Amino acid sequence: MDYGRGHHQSARAVPEIGPPFVYTAEHRAALEEICARYPPEERRSAILAALYLAQKQQGYLTRNAMAHVAEAIRCTPADVEDVASFYTMFYTRPVGKCVIQVCRTLSCALMGAERVTAELSKALGLKPGETDEAREFTLLEVECLGACDRAPVVAVNDAWHECQSPEAVRALVDGLRATGEASLSGCHLRVEK
Amino acid sequence: MTDLFLTKHVREPDGYTLDFYTKTGGYGALKKALGMTPEQVVDAVKQSGLRGRGGAGFPTGLKWQFVDKKSPKPKYICCNADESEPGTFKDHLLMERNPHLMFEGCLIGCYAIGSRAAYIYIRGEFYHVQEVLEAELAKARAAGLVGENILGTGFSCDIHIHRGAGAYEAGEETALIESLEGKRAQPRLKPPFPASHGLYGCPTAVNNVETLCNVPLIIEHGVDWFTAIGPEKNGGPKLYCVSGHAKTPGVFETSMDVSLKDLIYDDRFGGGIRGGHALKCVIPGGSSVPVLLPHEIDIPASFDGIAKAGSLLGSAGIIVMDETTCMVWAAQNLLHFYKHESCGKCTPCREGCDWLYRLLSKIESGDGQMKDLDLLLSISDNILGKTLCAFGDAAATPVLSTIKLFRAEYEAHIREGRCTVPAPWRSGALALAAH
Repeated sequence: MDYGRGHHQSARAVPEIGPPFVYTAEHRAALEEICARYPPEERRSAILAALYLAQKQQGYLTRNAMAHVAEAIRCTPADVEDVASFYTMFYTRPVGKCVIQVCRTLSCALMGAERVTAELSKALGLKPGETDEAREFTLLEVECLGACDRAPVVAVNDAWHECQSPEAVRALVDGLRATGEASLSGCHLRVEK
Repeated sequence: MTDLFLTKHVREPDGYTLDFYTKTGGYGALKKALGMTPEQVVDAVKQSGLRGRGGAGFPTGLKWQFVDKKSPKPKYICCNADESEPGTFKDHLLMERNPHLMFEGCLIGCYAIGSRAAYIYIRGEFYHVQEVLEAELAKARAAGLVGENILGTGFSCDIHIHRGAGAYEAGEETALIESLEGKRAQPRLKPPFPASHGLYGCPTAVNNVETLCNVPLIIEHGVDWFTAIGPEKNGGPKLYCVSGHAKTPGVFETSMDVSLKDLIYDDRFGGGIRGGHALKCVIPGGSSVPVLLPHEIDIPASFDGIAKAGSLLGSAGIIVMDETTCMVWAAQNLLHFYKHESCGKCTPCREGCDWLYRLLSKIESGDGQMKDLDLLLSISDNILGKTLCAFGDAAATPVLSTIKLFRAEYEAHIREGRCTVPAPWRSGALALAAH
């Protein structure tokens, strides 16, 4: 059974060693600011934040990046890899500049998410879970994003696009190809009654 | 109930700002609470009968009372903003449009249990919401409402936002604590409960966003006001999430004497079934609770009302399904969720969820055999009650519930070797295969 279908192909893969990794001064400072939110002896609480910063800096997490996170957090590389391999928002394989995530869980599925995914797959030339050669796009199916009244929901990196349809996502991809993330208008909030 | 309290100003463009909140009386409850003793605050919440709105419905006042105040260790409030239950999106709305009500609830909760710090554990996917929270929290801090010596009363308390990274199980209170401590979001054995050994081994109360949002309202308007809204023992304003095949999905605030039928059909709420279709079934409280049939929905949508009908209010995530929904497909869809989200700690859940999903996929794709149904029931039975947390029970529920209510449909699916319910809205290839 393919465990990885639709979810990032890094599931169950051993991370790459990667190039040498050290936080930029800016990211190091950001990490220290976050560590201050927790008791000083509980530095490990900042491990998720540390991983986000490393991922932001390098695009995805490699063994070297995770070893550096371990130093910064003062825990073992095993502790870091344990956490990085558990949470779905960390990538241990290269991802595209635009990570397009389609919610596939029941409420979105009932509103046609399967067709949205099929259309995105066609428009990008990618099966869910794949990244293109040029590392422009990654297509992922994700679980319930928590905006079910505006289904189907699509996220591009951290920006949400609700009430999607096959036509709407085709336009979304065209916009991304033309002007990248600048074409996104962020959260589209449906006008409530 | 026509008055709105939790969502009164959610349509105001600046309704989420500190300025708007204080101008409309916000943080008045905090002032009032700080003039009471912490015991009086716990007592008020206890008397109100406020029940947790995250899914378990545990009485909040009781939870706070259990926090070991005599312990020399620091105490903590963890605000559970990890909203990930399929069909649920009410906390999302509250955080985006009424964040200060949540902050105020956190502060009053901290005062009540003797805590000096609250952590808001927000799911990683809510980054756009987190940005609003960080900005508004900074404003509250600058205004002396959060931090040292709040409003000059000598009470000091800070609120910190902690971002998750994609794990439904982090919504389970002990798994949330593990995640906050920097580990995998896996549950702990209970006892000990967080009230005695929680975050960093200290006495902790983990409360849902909507639950904490009710606290300032109880302090402000009083216990009697709260209990007068809705049925006995099911008091207070309640947010309902309607999604799926309803005409007007959304978040609706009302009292718990509202009927589930109205939530689906009434124009004030779900507006009926889209496209002239007919209701097939409804999940009343998020994917982890049993399905109800059309003849079972004329009930109050309260904790007790829905429990009496054989399901649970849970997270109040009402998922509406019409007659174009194949129940085998629906169960498979949900088990994919549970299989993916299983934290892996307990063998029955880790192995069982995957097995259930593979069996459902086998049936859905046309390769099912009649004996698979008994196997599905057997696997579910081997998960139920045999796990460290309620996730296992939650995963088995869609299987048990749909087989119980729609066995004929499963059998037809197996006999015919294909889906017998035409569903034009599903992906092209599958919709064609059904005919």
